[in-house]
Amino acid sequence: MESAKSIRLKIFGVGNAGVKILEHIARNGAPGAELIAVNTETDSLNASSAAEKISLETKLTRGLGTGGDPERGRVAAEENSETLKNACNGADIVFVVTGLGGGAGTGISPFLSQMARDAGALVLAFGVTPFDCEGNCRQRQARQGFKDLKAAADGVICMPNQNLFRLMDENTSVMEMFERANELLAETIANVSRLITSKGLIELRFADLCGFLRERHSENQFATAEAAGATRSRDMMEKLLAHPFLDGGKTLAESDAVFVSLIGGPDLTMADINRVMEPINGKCGRAQVIMGAAIDEKFQERLAVTIIAARHVDAPTAKAAEESARGESPAAGPELNTQIHRAPTTRPNSRFVPPPPSMTPEQMEKFMGRQTPGATRARKSSNKMRQGTLPLEIVSKGRFDKSEPTIHKGEDLDIPTYIRRGVALN
Amino acid sequence: MFDSSSIIVGLEIGTSKVCAVVGEMSAEGALNIVGLGQSKSRGVRKGEICDAPKAEEDIRNAIVEAEQMADVEIRSAYLSVTGGHVRGFNNRGVHPVVSADREISEDDVQDVIKNAKTINLPAQNHVIHAIRQHFLVDGQDGITNPVGMLGSRVEVDVHVVHGNLNRLQNAIRAVKSLQLEVDEIVFAGLASSLALLSNEQKELGALVVDIGGGTTEYVVYSDGVIKHVGVLAVGGDHVSNDLAYGLKVPLGRAEQLKIDHGSAFFDDSCKGEIIKLPNELGLPMKTISLENLRRIMVLRLEEIFQLIANDLEQAGLLDYLRAGVFLCGGGARIPQIPKLAEMVLQMPVTLGKANSISGLKSALDQPEFATAIGLVKFGSFQQRKRAGKPSLAEGIKSTFGQIFRRP
Repeated sequence: MESAKSIRLKIFGVGNAGVKILEHIARNGAPGAELIAVNTETDSLNASSAAEKISLETKLTRGLGTGGDPERGRVAAEENSETLKNACNGADIVFVVTGLGGGAGTGISPFLSQMARDAGALVLAFGVTPFDCEGNCRQRQARQGFKDLKAAADGVICMPNQNLFRLMDENTSVMEMFERANELLAETIANVSRLITSKGLIELRFADLCGFLRERHSENQFATAEAAGATRSRDMMEKLLAHPFLDGGKTLAESDAVFVSLIGGPDLTMADINRVMEPINGKCGRAQVIMGAAIDEKFQERLAVTIIAARHVDAPTAKAAEESARGESPAAGPELNTQIHRAPTTRPNSRFVPPPPSMTPEQMEKFMGRQTPGATRARKSSNKMRQGTLPLEIVSKGRFDKSEPTIHKGEDLDIPTYIRRGVALN
Repeated sequence: MFDSSSIIVGLEIGTSKVCAVVGEMSAEGALNIVGLGQSKSRGVRKGEICDAPKAEEDIRNAIVEAEQMADVEIRSAYLSVTGGHVRGFNNRGVHPVVSADREISEDDVQDVIKNAKTINLPAQNHVIHAIRQHFLVDGQDGITNPVGMLGSRVEVDVHVVHGNLNRLQNAIRAVKSLQLEVDEIVFAGLASSLALLSNEQKELGALVVDIGGGTTEYVVYSDGVIKHVGVLAVGGDHVSNDLAYGLKVPLGRAEQLKIDHGSAFFDDSCKGEIIKLPNELGLPMKTISLENLRRIMVLRLEEIFQLIANDLEQAGLLDYLRAGVFLCGGGARIPQIPKLAEMVLQMPVTLGKANSISGLKSALDQPEFATAIGLVKFGSFQQRKRAGKPSLAEGIKSTFGQIFRRP
């Protein structure tokens, strides 16, 4: 447990959104973490209460921000690479918190992640993607930034802001909406950081978390709930299931990896953990579940659970199109940049984004058409669209076709075993 | 020539065959198998009748054959039942001893058994057996007969085997339509275990797995009593069906391939071997890889044993099977199946033999007749009990006094 204590965790808030989220984290309290605000806008930094502030001054920006251009953000970061490097030094784990889609966050955070990794830290990035209504330019930048971040960090947890509509009334004020988004992410970060820094009851190694996130960080659903009192573990499940992001557990069933973090006081019992985990495990179905439990002295009689459900998105249609279309887009720069930086590192497996699948000319044309400025409507969040898949092979049950199926624990035993087990015959 | 009361007939309406076994009980109570009739079954799927007219015809053929062989007229039979709907569970009955001297009397035993049999089951379910296990007196376990003991509370465990009434009735109706009486219905797995196991093996703890055409039944004995029964509606038919699907051959051909080339163990020696299937003119028509055939079979059979192992593990019985596993049913004929079962269940596996009965050697040695022979044995116990009715104490003491039927 001592080693867990001595882990040095630094949380970077990058860009306006990042700094704001950092503010929430500071307010919630993240024990054992150093908070560092990074931005190009001096105003935003001045308002921040973070312990350390890094202002990325360049001639280009003159303290007025990047103007929504990631390229400028990147340049600013590169110019101040020494400062960033120094800030990263000595950290074992670095969280990079940012809002994707703007200039600073999108441009700086991949670079910063890269620096942190070079300094020998494990990097987990938390990104907020813009609302659909923020326009396709921001969306595209966000996606590009996300991709760069994915290449640079060990793991990326992404929260699409669009999901918030499920959480809140559409008539909520914009301020409140952003506030809530930040709050939500801050809570999650605080819980994850607690898990890493506090005494682990059921220890979760950070590398496990990163391994879990690798390859599936495109779409995550979060849920955080807290309950107190004697019946907390029972209340917890109700709260979690009522959480709009989890859709009463439907999200869990659809996801293919679920991360559960449990934080309780010294009075946390195994029974509490069991009571929370059992329904979650039940709901998860085929998903891989990893869990960690930690003790925080302040959580006397209180229990906080964070669930991150990740779904593997194979980047088939929309994303592939994006990649092929990117050739023409001006945002090709950062990608190239990370390519160069990636060369000397020793952990190549998370670096490579699979090449886009080949497309027929018709498909290509269709997607190019969507890229034209007029066609904004076509850019409906790609991560919301899910195409149903049909089983590859329709298995006939032969002579048992008409008889009552033999279902054993959800498996139809009439279907040949080798098909259910996926054994290939040569 | 025979007194009809000494003739006991076991009738099994199986998925692959209908089989009638005629046993003769001598005045001394020794059992002798004198006749056997069988017929290919066409109206049964997964152990349950799905085509009544065809099933009736097959039953008639089997009965006629058995009658001819044994030279008797069959009027009634013990009928085995099975199917995916049959389940078993343990139930416990409690009874306080009220007499002043705290001596447990015959009536107390009767009452506690009655209590144990009072089971809350849905209306459409019928109790096939309520098999008595051990008594407990004031929490003291493992008492086989508490009469005369002192205690304030007597309890008894029963293992209840139940099934869907309508589906059980289908088989009974089919038999009755042939002007035959059904003496009793018996769970097929229980019958098989009676045929195969000696008392010593029951005492040690044993698992009997009857791999039939459409269903696989299993029964667990421990400490001399039945602890667990189960049915999987998966059997040899599934193996054939898998082969037909995987090798893309007709079902009949798949069945034949299973018999000719099947094995429950997969090794490197069959790699690359090819089976040539001739067409009706004798010319080679299609080739099949032996490796694939074996692999499909092994996976299916392994799964069956795995499901049984999982179930027993859940019931906490895997460590009590000191006599090992006994296989019967047509599935036991698959070469090397004991080896596979040994691998999955991690205990010694043998092919069961009905050896405590004398008579037709040809019938006794065949694993697929175990159920029908067991039915005859069950019948003999019942008749012996009926013959020695006067005192119930004797009935309890009798070798198979454990089996009580709901009144």
